[in-house]
Amino acid sequence: MTAAAPVLEVRGISKRFPGVLANDNINLILRKGQVLGLLGENGAGKSTLMNMIYGLYKPDEGEILVNGSAVDIAGPKDAIELGIGMVHQHFQLVDVLTVTENVMLGNENVSGPFLRRDRARREILELSGEYGLDVDPDALIADLPVGLQQRVEIIKALYRHADILILDEPTAVLTPQETRGLFKIMQALLEKGVSIIFISHKLKEVLEICDDVLVLRRGRVAGHADPEQSTEASLASLMVGRDVILEVEKAAATPGDEILNIVNLHARDDRGLPAVEGVNLGLQRGEILGIAGVQGNGQTELVEALTGMRPVDDGRFYIKGQDMTGSPPRRVTEKGVGHVPEDRQRDGLVAGFTVMHNLVLCSYYRSEFSNIIVVDDRAIADNAHQLVEQYDVRPPIINNPAGGLSGGNQQKVIVAREFSRGVDLLIASQPTRGLDVGSIEFIHKQIIRMRDAGAGILLVSSELDEVLSLSDRVAVMFEGQIIDILPIEAADKDTVGLRMAGVRDDLQAEGAR
Amino acid sequence: MSTPDKLKASGRPGFKLGRIRIIAIVLLILGAFIFFQAGGIDGDLVTTLTFEKTSAGQSPSVGNLDVPTSSYLRLIGLLFLITGILNLSELRAPRWRRTSLGLMVLCGVLFIPTVIIAAAAGNETNMTTIVAESLRLATPLAIGAMAGIWCERAGVVNIAIEGMMLFAACFGFTTLFYLRHTGLPLETAQLLAVIVAVFSGGLIALLHGWLSITFRTDQIVSGTVINILAVGVTSFVRREYLLSTEAGAAKLGNISIPVLSDLPVIGEAIFTNQPIFFMMFVMLAFTHIVMFYTRWGLRTRAVGEHPHAADTLGIHVNRTRWTNVWISGMVAGLAGAWFSLEATGSFNDGMTRGAGFIALAAMIFGKWTPIGAFGAALLFGFSDSLGIRLQMVGVGFPVQFLQMVPYAVTLVVLAGFIGRASPPKAVGQPYVKE
Repeated sequence: MTAAAPVLEVRGISKRFPGVLANDNINLILRKGQVLGLLGENGAGKSTLMNMIYGLYKPDEGEILVNGSAVDIAGPKDAIELGIGMVHQHFQLVDVLTVTENVMLGNENVSGPFLRRDRARREILELSGEYGLDVDPDALIADLPVGLQQRVEIIKALYRHADILILDEPTAVLTPQETRGLFKIMQALLEKGVSIIFISHKLKEVLEICDDVLVLRRGRVAGHADPEQSTEASLASLMVGRDVILEVEKAAATPGDEILNIVNLHARDDRGLPAVEGVNLGLQRGEILGIAGVQGNGQTELVEALTGMRPVDDGRFYIKGQDMTGSPPRRVTEKGVGHVPEDRQRDGLVAGFTVMHNLVLCSYYRSEFSNIIVVDDRAIADNAHQLVEQYDVRPPIINNPAGGLSGGNQQKVIVAREFSRGVDLLIASQPTRGLDVGSIEFIHKQIIRMRDAGAGILLVSSELDEVLSLSDRVAVMFEGQIIDILPIEAADKDTVGLRMAGVRDDLQAEGAR
Repeated sequence: MSTPDKLKASGRPGFKLGRIRIIAIVLLILGAFIFFQAGGIDGDLVTTLTFEKTSAGQSPSVGNLDVPTSSYLRLIGLLFLITGILNLSELRAPRWRRTSLGLMVLCGVLFIPTVIIAAAAGNETNMTTIVAESLRLATPLAIGAMAGIWCERAGVVNIAIEGMMLFAACFGFTTLFYLRHTGLPLETAQLLAVIVAVFSGGLIALLHGWLSITFRTDQIVSGTVINILAVGVTSFVRREYLLSTEAGAAKLGNISIPVLSDLPVIGEAIFTNQPIFFMMFVMLAFTHIVMFYTRWGLRTRAVGEHPHAADTLGIHVNRTRWTNVWISGMVAGLAGAWFSLEATGSFNDGMTRGAGFIALAAMIFGKWTPIGAFGAALLFGFSDSLGIRLQMVGVGFPVQFLQMVPYAVTLVVLAGFIGRASPPKAVGQPYVKE
């Protein structure tokens, strides 16, 4: 199988950024019609390498060969001409333009100076049909869910006749269903002779879809792996450089008093449509209640309502027995609630502030850190030094702006802030999204530690594996309602998966028996 | 806890004070006001609307329209009240909903004629002149707004339109001032003056581009610098070179558009006019077509919204921005030429009187679209001409209040039907390649 001709070859490439050797003598071979998996921790140099292949950075050393001949890629335009297409981790789509306009941008179909939208539109429909992409060419990007936006990115590459496709963490933002859809599309592409570089943190996916795996660690090639002879554990240890415990170890829960009680809660989404439609839930101290569900079934709005970030339409909720409905976020925080928000860039950090100031965002006004007029930067710095060390934030420089950290380390800053405040109720939304195995392991351990210390934890995640491995009870949310609550023993993947799709027939059948 | 919160929390199907209801309440208040005001007007009073270019009494009035003021106002008042009530009750049935929304639009459309009719009660007012004056006064605002669109759609804030206009007005006039006695035919000299004005706007824009794109200076600061510079340099030029006994020069002459200028009422009023006035329409069409139907426009909008995305597709972000800023400056230069060459035939210190900023306001009002901005500029022009007209007619209370009315109406309509304006997302942010 490995006999196929190499379409892309990277030889001895190095890239230095001020103070960092991002890529050190990397070799890579991609063969025609195959998928090459690229694995590595956050900051291992995967994106740097891909950006060099796509012409966004210039390599300091080494060469790139496309179809056997050395090429000079000075910019994305050169890469596109060589048939290289890239789907970036953060989609490069213009929100206010339509699918057609986004696809044709930079490679416009024109007659004279005028755009020929109709021709581009036809071409998109053809591509869409050929690969089962199913995208409406006239839709505005802003109206599309992420899964479809990703397909638009793939169409963008195909429209430019790419036969080498780089997918940079394509599944990080997808639901399990959308991931299945993506894999189907990838299969169709491979059959047409497209070669794919697949970057991911999710070992299971890499094992499933890739023909060959290249693992990077700290800017160097840590090794190759043949997916047929590898396991998740072997890949993980290759990636991190030590053995990683993928299974979460935890003792049985010892639930205590009720800490959160939600009664018939209703809330609307940003467009004013009902999103949470009558949620009833109870959570006790010392347990982890996982909320599983396909994204967009009201989890986001539920969490925002509970943390005071979204008005409650109807119903109430009680924290430690006190009615907190409609309280502003500050009061919820003061009540001993920690919140790891879903969108860390938007709701979790102030990107322009330093790490040390981000670490006191919800406590800067307290007497430890300020008197009435000024904040005490020395106390804030001491606090930051301690937390940065304890939570292993890299680089451990407290005066760097938080926005400059990698995604995983930004998340560690948030976790450090929220977990270190001695909270009694933790609401964690997608706490490990986009993180590498090492960071995930660490954050999971912290969550368990908090549970054992007697906090109640509401865990919302679209990663079914994460919910199932951490939770003591699993609630499934579907179309704004909790359609079932299962003890962890009864929550196997199939049952929860069915509930996530809204199926309750078997439940009724059981009841009838 | 505020009242709406309480309602929400208690679980009753709360009364929501949405946009439509807010407009409905405004309509109710206005309707009641108009209705009862109408009662105070003598029932025999008649407002005569004429549609002739010439002043009253000269020609047999083809298009005179006599409106019984009091009855008309009562009728309008009732219409407003009914529309208000219908919309306040937010009827669910789609047919009623459509009817009530349609009535709301009708109220908006009828409002401006109503203001004129009420203000000119018992008098005669020339509608054609009002329309023609509005368009004329809107010219620099509309062209200035187009300049803003060129720049901001590419992601560069252009607060310097005022300064560019002033520079252009000054240098354009200076050119004419020195050319008029060189033996060149007047029209050639004027044409050269306009061209110099356009290019001096472009030149100043290059300064803006240099500061804000190349050196990534804050775009607001760069624009402010240009505005201050413009005041200083132009008044210096005027004092040093333009002060003389014969400081005036001929204004740009009228052009008649063939065929169209023979139309009965509007022919003379609108289609026989000065060249920059006509350029307003050309610029409107040009800007609209380029922005939305050409490759350049698509790239410009992409660069203004998400420059990095454009970059990954091989589009040169800063080159696109430079070109757009330059074009913006030239368009602003044309607007500047209106002041010195078309409207007055002279140059005075600070003669643009903030028109550049009003043009920017028109651009925002029009949501960064050429047609919207043109509509907004017309509204500003209308307000100006209404003020002039009403001062001539002589109404009993401060003219400024009536001048305010069109803005108030538009605000309500905009808030109600169109919603929040969102600027190009990357506007004001210099693009740095990582």
